[in-house]
Amino acid sequence: MIDYDKVIVGAARDMKPSGIRKFFDIAQKLEGVISLGVGEPDFQTPWKIRQTAIKTLEKGKTTYTGNRGLSELLGEISNYFEDTINVKYDPEKEIIVTVGGSEAIDISIRAMVEAGDEVLIVEPCFVCYSPIVSLSGGVPVPIATKVENNFRLTAEELREKITDKTKLLILPFPNNPTGAVMRKKDLEAIAEVLKDTNIVVLSDEIYSELTYGDKHYSIAQCEGMRERTIVINGFSKSFAMTGWRLGFLAGPREIVQHIFKIHQYAIMCSPTTSQYAAIAGLKYCREDVKKMVDEYNMRRRLVVDGFNKLGLECFVPEGAFYVFPSIKSTGLSSKDFCEQLVYSKKVAVVPGDAFGESGEGFIRVSYAYSVKHLKEALKRIGEFLEEFHNK
Amino acid sequence: MDALINLLKTNARLTNAELAVMLDTDEKTVAGWIEELEEKGIIKGYTAIVNDELVDDENVTALIEVKVTPQSQSGFDAIARTIASYEEVEACTLMSGTYDLCVTVSGKNLRDISMFVANRLAGIDGVLSTATNFVLKRYKDNNIIIIDEETDERGLISP
Repeated sequence: MIDYDKVIVGAARDMKPSGIRKFFDIAQKLEGVISLGVGEPDFQTPWKIRQTAIKTLEKGKTTYTGNRGLSELLGEISNYFEDTINVKYDPEKEIIVTVGGSEAIDISIRAMVEAGDEVLIVEPCFVCYSPIVSLSGGVPVPIATKVENNFRLTAEELREKITDKTKLLILPFPNNPTGAVMRKKDLEAIAEVLKDTNIVVLSDEIYSELTYGDKHYSIAQCEGMRERTIVINGFSKSFAMTGWRLGFLAGPREIVQHIFKIHQYAIMCSPTTSQYAAIAGLKYCREDVKKMVDEYNMRRRLVVDGFNKLGLECFVPEGAFYVFPSIKSTGLSSKDFCEQLVYSKKVAVVPGDAFGESGEGFIRVSYAYSVKHLKEALKRIGEFLEEFHNK
Repeated sequence: MDALINLLKTNARLTNAELAVMLDTDEKTVAGWIEELEEKGIIKGYTAIVNDELVDDENVTALIEVKVTPQSQSGFDAIARTIASYEEVEACTLMSGTYDLCVTVSGKNLRDISMFVANRLAGIDGVLSTATNFVLKRYKDNNIIIIDEETDERGLISP
């Protein structure tokens, strides 16, 4: 009989299932659950993008593209970077079109991390960084951000964790799950710490378009940082294209040329239909993105206000489509709070500790839902709290 | 102001307090804006979007295409105003294309509507012809799917 224990490598066996998974199984079994748990837009992909995809399918444009991506798309992405963060990248040497931001994260880490390397991961954060680092033999070193700093990374917190083995800093802002953003001055302080080191920044800016108030600022814009930063972005959140699986990365050619080889061998090229569609997105749909952002912004204010009124203190997030209220006043753990809430009022939100230990005491609430839906969910959470406090 | 109008167009029942939060202002300002919009006649009224199939009434609705001869002084205006003044008429719009006015009429039954067309519409000077189209089923109205609940294809939870 086959001994499966000998089949699976240790790094895969030891990989913990996502913290969200277990809670998902609970919510899934109940009937009539309304969710605030989804990490993707509720908008449809703008029609112009869908139409372009349909047209290219009709014309039979379904072959592989160049490994790096369609030239026209690479050019548009290069323009997009220049337009949004004012950084120039050579479309033929410094940009790769990837299968979602996820692939960009994966191949960047694989190209830069090997056994014993320490990778600083700013938490709470999206769930994939740490497992991928471990798979490469690297050591994930979490840096916990704090609510009193509005979940921004400070220079001191960064400095404390840097050692001789530090290879990479993963900087995910605007942040999932907190909604925190790093403004120019915050990033300049980080850049100051890094400038005389060999540490590279993996800046996951997938939510960059969803920045409220001031414009998004990238660490690649800080003096001396372009040469040591890989910027990751994509179409999923900004253009409501999650299922199209299309992202991109950009960085100095000295690094990107090696990341590119992994992409070449592992993926060949990103989905062709999605690439054609994305060209239409960048060329014609920037106005649609703006409309979606305006809509998110209104909901953001409604939800923050709603939680504060319910007595669950909620710092004002300036990015993404999440709020991250504290549930510490209830004395419950994040997990218990979410379980009790879903059982008693059938509202699903995600326990904060699913995004790292520092998320304990918080819940992630997505506002990628209609106003009507959000109001109903807030009402139920209010009822839950009232019953809880009267117990 | 445009943002306020858009919000009210999708849901006129949002309270001033909710609108104020969403528009990043205070209740008093929202109340002032709404009053101004009403006074200027920009907001003409508020209504409910009802799924008639679930209400116990046998009303029928028709869209009537009306061709008219434009009048020398007033063009289509005088006739359109006359039609709009009838209480059976829910909506009356001037159209481009093969006919001139689109008139929406509701009645208790087919006979009601045919009487309206025969007696009131056809009798107006300048009306050349009418074509009556009965509404069979409404799927969407005012941006809202009537026929069934919109379903969320997304899972309950994702990272």
